[in-house]
Amino acid sequence: MQTLIAIVVDGVIYASWLFIVAAGLTLVYGVMRILNLAHGSLYAIGAYAGASAVVWYFARNYPVAGSYALLVIAAIVSGALVGLLVERGLLRLMYGRDEVVMVLVTYGVLLILEDAIKLVFGVEAYTAFQPYEKMGRTSIGGMTFATYDLALVAVSIVVALALWWGVNRTKQGKLLLAVIADREMATALGINVTRVFIVTFVIGSVLGALAGALTAPAIAVAPGLGVEVIVLAFAVVVTGGLGSIEGALVGALIIGIARAAAVHLWPQVELFVIYGVMALVLAVRPQGLFARAGARKI
Amino acid sequence: MLRDRSTLALAIVMVALVVAGPFLPAWLRFVGTVALANALAVLGLLLLIRTGLVSFGQGLYYCIGGYAAGVGGKDLGLTDAFALLALGIVASGIISAILGLLLCRYREIFFAMFSMAFSMILYGLLSKSQKLGSTDGFNVVTPTFLGYAPDGANVKVWVFGLAVVLAFGVGIVLHQHLRSGMGYASEAVRDNEIRVEYLGVSAQYVVWWKYVLAAVLAALGGGIQALASGHVGPEMAYWTTSGEFVFIALLGGTAHVGAIISAAVIFEFIKTWVTQISPYTWQMFLGIVLLVIIMFLPKGLWSLLARMRRAS
Repeated sequence: MQTLIAIVVDGVIYASWLFIVAAGLTLVYGVMRILNLAHGSLYAIGAYAGASAVVWYFARNYPVAGSYALLVIAAIVSGALVGLLVERGLLRLMYGRDEVVMVLVTYGVLLILEDAIKLVFGVEAYTAFQPYEKMGRTSIGGMTFATYDLALVAVSIVVALALWWGVNRTKQGKLLLAVIADREMATALGINVTRVFIVTFVIGSVLGALAGALTAPAIAVAPGLGVEVIVLAFAVVVTGGLGSIEGALVGALIIGIARAAAVHLWPQVELFVIYGVMALVLAVRPQGLFARAGARKI
Repeated sequence: MLRDRSTLALAIVMVALVVAGPFLPAWLRFVGTVALANALAVLGLLLLIRTGLVSFGQGLYYCIGGYAAGVGGKDLGLTDAFALLALGIVASGIISAILGLLLCRYREIFFAMFSMAFSMILYGLLSKSQKLGSTDGFNVVTPTFLGYAPDGANVKVWVFGLAVVLAFGVGIVLHQHLRSGMGYASEAVRDNEIRVEYLGVSAQYVVWWKYVLAAVLAALGGGIQALASGHVGPEMAYWTTSGEFVFIALLGGTAHVGAIISAAVIFEFIKTWVTQISPYTWQMFLGIVLLVIIMFLPKGLWSLLARMRRAS
């Protein structure tokens, strides 16, 4: 019973983290048809921005409560800035190219950002553990968990609701759906697709940075952080169906709980479980759980 | 129609390099050996790209080739260079034959990302395996060549010679292969898969074969790299290794095997030079050059050559 609780809670915590990263990736793909490899770098940038902001904040002995707001602000500012820079400065010039070419373009961006991070933040690890420690621990069914991790679940739920509401209940969201369904027709109807693209890419980037900033207090922020994230996020996103936000949510939950189960029951296979689940889902539904199958090129 | 002199040209360069080998300075020979090891892996990637598939995971087989040579020397007591390389060929052949069954169903970004995921799994496994030196890797034996054991520095001359013969030999064979039925089938699959199937050729079969061939070539490259540097480590399977292969293919262009071999050599020299003057900006430099190539020279450096030839 204890193990079961641990698996479910750990799984949901892990899934909520995965969902925030994957949602940004899948949103950008769904709207712009760009699989953004640099998404992992945005995660790293968010982590560095959050960690260095927190280090600066606690060096001045300000109250703890403000550091949480600071993490979110750091993520939004850094993610929006870098996202805007990448979209306006580069991707804008490449629209209309083949999807694989766009992957290579974002690969180039990834390489540039990886070194830019080292130049700006140095190669030393940052530790900004205070927000994580100060929240203390909570016990659920006799097991204790870090309250910070549980708060992450709440943040993730808020993000999911906000995305759902934004896409399905606002005018901007309806325009977005129109662009996803048929970009050319949407342009013909007078939708400003350029603006939709900018907004989408910035939101996607902010989500990546947010996941990084929120994780920063729980880990040591060091170079090479971003790349494992992109591979993992991709696994989540294809399991759920590339371009689908519901898919990212379900994919994150399945993979998160599967991984937690592996960690508690059979730790040696942890690495395989994530890809094993992905392979299993894709064997049954090659396009993922929530994506529609595309027409074949004739 | 112009007579194709590629085979002759490749053979001449090969003989010239083998003869020049003993007289080159040691650092140049080493850079050359590594360049040709990479060229072998990228020649494999060339096959895939011609089929319309970009693999971000050739490092997987590069690493398998290297570790096979390492384990062959460490645990099986083999020292013969050919046996060590053969071990890598067998291992990569078997693994790619299995993974290929899954991957040959996917195209485009899915193919790219799944191949990357597989290589990251191997990276994770090797980083955690104590027996294989985890993140540090381990040293590879000094090779012998069919019973002949050259002494001291001469070993590197022999490894260089082996790399030259293999890279150019494979280049010549591939050049013929690209102009064979199976070679043209690649391009047909890239252009229009359904028509290929309609004509009675299985596209999945073509993709599977190319995948296995590419894997074996990457393993050969990894084996050479292991023998040349005397060391293997899990970073051979890391995404940056695979990314460099993709970069070399884009730099040269996929029009000709010569483009790949020259690009691999140019790449290794630039890498040696840039990492010396500024170690923390190497990736940034790569990224910028990559973007410039995609924007202004989508068919690679080789297309400049073709353009000049047409103008004259």
